[in-house]
Amino acid sequence: MKFTLFMTALLAPAAAFAANQVTLESQIQVEREVRNEDGTTRTVLEPTNKVTPGDRLLFTVSYRNVGAEAAADFVVTNPLPSAVTYVGADSPEPTVSVDGGASWGSLATLNVKQEDGTTRPAAASDVTHVRWVFNDTIPAGASGKLSFRGVVK
Amino acid sequence: MNHIRGATAIAARTPKWVSVIATVSAFGFAGSAHAAGTPAGTSITNTATATFDLPGGSENSVESNTVSLIVDELLDVTVVWADPGDVAASPSATNQVVKYTVTNGGNGDEAFRLTAVDTSGGDDFDPSATSIVLDSNGNGVYDPGIDTVYAAGSNDPMLAPDASRTVFVLSTIPAGATNGQRGRIDLQAAATTGTGSPGQSFPGAGQGGGNAVVGTTGAAGEDDGYYIISASTLSFVKSASVTDPFGGDTRVPGSIITYTLVASVNGSGDLANLRVTDPIPTGTTYRPGSITLDGSGLTDATDGDAGHFTGADVHVALGTVPAGASHTITFQVDIDGE
Repeated sequence: MKFTLFMTALLAPAAAFAANQVTLESQIQVEREVRNEDGTTRTVLEPTNKVTPGDRLLFTVSYRNVGAEAAADFVVTNPLPSAVTYVGADSPEPTVSVDGGASWGSLATLNVKQEDGTTRPAAASDVTHVRWVFNDTIPAGASGKLSFRGVVK
Repeated sequence: MNHIRGATAIAARTPKWVSVIATVSAFGFAGSAHAAGTPAGTSITNTATATFDLPGGSENSVESNTVSLIVDELLDVTVVWADPGDVAASPSATNQVVKYTVTNGGNGDEAFRLTAVDTSGGDDFDPSATSIVLDSNGNGVYDPGIDTVYAAGSNDPMLAPDASRTVFVLSTIPAGATNGQRGRIDLQAAATTGTGSPGQSFPGAGQGGGNAVVGTTGAAGEDDGYYIISASTLSFVKSASVTDPFGGDTRVPGSIITYTLVASVNGSGDLANLRVTDPIPTGTTYRPGSITLDGSGLTDATDGDAGHFTGADVHVALGTVPAGASHTITFQVDIDGE
């Protein structure tokens, strides 16, 4: 009995601490063409909850270290929704996976195994996951935004 | 952002994160590839995961909020005239069939309202559309009494994404149309959910609970089909050449007459079941085995080839001869002695 109480006292604060250490917020915006009064069009990014095939999406993941200590080996992973084709990413560029997260690299270094056993160079449309691996620790209070683009299939 | 690790450094870390990746989001979309795109009503969800180490070596994982999008129904339709060419018809003919293919280019199940327009101009005569018929048995051929007659609003064809339906328009040809004239008939299809400018939205009207959004076709399609009047005529030219026993061309007993018959079809349509019959002239005797068709010999017997000799007449069956085609038949007779 004494032992159990001791364990609870030790673990519960630790779990709460971890959950509060870093916050992660996901957002999806859609690129829409808006017609100006002079007849030209401009592209705007809008929040949305409804899309149609062909819509261009911007995925943004915002992170913030809200804890008191630096976070090391910081990795953010975003599996691509299966109804979305990967297009690319702005800086910082993520590494990608074309096999469900088993192996990673820049797109140019990856290959896709085909049904006949041969391989071909991977294309953006093969991407299943994107992730950002940080070399440096994230200091307390630091934040940033990571983004990539896709198209609704 | 120079603190991003390069690809080679990442590869070494791979095993550590595989288990984390496997826990993230699930999708409503089952995943078959449609030209029309992700099916209407599909839910797209996105969740990101972060992993990190805290001082002291404890490993932590945090999930983001989950963003959920619903795929709206895109309304698109195309109509394509499906006959290989102008449909041959005769003046005053009824139930003349022109064929179209209607394809749902959208990503949801959609019913389409059909309209045949016969006063579209730009042609020589106006066919009068009498009915629209759906190719119920899907064989691509109009089957009277089997295929279903279309009635707007009661059996608007419902098509799955990317699915097509053959539609027939039956018309009456005006009596005054003349050979070679073309008449246009236009089939229009419109999404029953609504049509409009691309991007126009019908809130809540999409399959699966989303909106219905007009696609690039305006959710309406049409195409023109054509009839052409084919009043075909047959021209038939017969000539004779004589070879006498002396190498000349006098008509004496023992001379051989070679008759040449040229049958040509003029106009703009086929002539079906064309047969040529020529009696042997009095005072001559048919030379057995002398019938030729387009340079090839035919037997005298009634058999598999196109020609035969009855004892009195030469018969050649030419079958269906298209406009512009001609066939040459020859046979020989001997001039009888006194």
